[in-house]
Amino acid sequence: MKNKIITMKKAFKSAFPHTIPIFAGFLFLGMTYGIYMNVSGFSFWYPMLMSLTIFAGSVEFVTVNMLLGAFNPLQALAMTLMINARHLFYGISMLDKYRGLGWKSIYLIFGMCDESFSINYTAEIPEEIDKGWFMFFVTLLNHFYWFMGATLGGIFGSFLHFNTEGLDFVMTAMFVVIFMEQWMKEKRHMSAMLGLGISLLCLIIFGADNFIIPAMLVILIVLILLRKEIEEEEGEERHK
Amino acid sequence: MTITQQMITVGMVVLGTALTRFLPFLIFPAGKPTPKYIQYLGKVLPSAVFGMLVIYCLKGVSIFSGTRGIPELIAILIVIALHIWKRQMLLSIAGGTICYMLLVQMVF
Repeated sequence: MKNKIITMKKAFKSAFPHTIPIFAGFLFLGMTYGIYMNVSGFSFWYPMLMSLTIFAGSVEFVTVNMLLGAFNPLQALAMTLMINARHLFYGISMLDKYRGLGWKSIYLIFGMCDESFSINYTAEIPEEIDKGWFMFFVTLLNHFYWFMGATLGGIFGSFLHFNTEGLDFVMTAMFVVIFMEQWMKEKRHMSAMLGLGISLLCLIIFGADNFIIPAMLVILIVLILLRKEIEEEEGEERHK
Repeated sequence: MTITQQMITVGMVVLGTALTRFLPFLIFPAGKPTPKYIQYLGKVLPSAVFGMLVIYCLKGVSIFSGTRGIPELIAILIVIALHIWKRQMLLSIAGGTICYMLLVQMVF
């Protein structure tokens, strides 16, 4: 028992420094999310419980819009699957690392947001540190930062006396930045352009309330149809 | 929406998120290579989805009425400029949002 506590302590001390940048980021974004929910008319219980149970930043912002719109659970599910589809690929990369850790595996997979994935995927964990507990604490700390930010934002949103009109732009800014990060990482931008172009086209054709599902389907189909071209393009790029 | 409908909506989001995280562990047995087309989608899908999300955020903007999307355009350009300049995620997001708030509250 004593050994176990020492193992946990060591893992915690080793994991914590890795999460400091996330602390700043999640507190800021989480608070913005909480304030955004608050000014959209929801009490702090919403961001608090949603940050705890969903724990996926971008989709939580989108959920605010869903809650304000008409009741459409299937669209909510489809939208979530599409936005979080990238987690499928995180999961594929973590198959070996996250397996075989007992109950910790369940929590690690549940809490596999972009940031937890990036740290746990890239961190070089020292030999003497228990990997399972290390990754567990990374995930737990991130989860806690996000929960804290969202809850504080939800509570203090109602004490804000400045004009919050336009605050909802934070979501647009966040996705523009994520889009740019993705753009800067890749050499070819075919998929990024297709995503923008197809969505814009579908928005014009189907209108603001109905375009998202057709856009998702068309993106998926076009990417599958263009597989040969896109892979060849990337292959050529690699040979240059 | 009623409280029940809200709970179902949030429940769907929880379910969808958990599905995308747990599915690979359920369908790919340990120690076997991942199918090629899954690897391909894993590589190309994220860029397209983030592009789609940018458009999703802007779906309410009308270029034929109101402010014609001018504040959105200016603020997005600021986000892009800040991000190219410093590449600090939080700075770009905060800077763009503050500019947008100033624009819609004071200028337009």
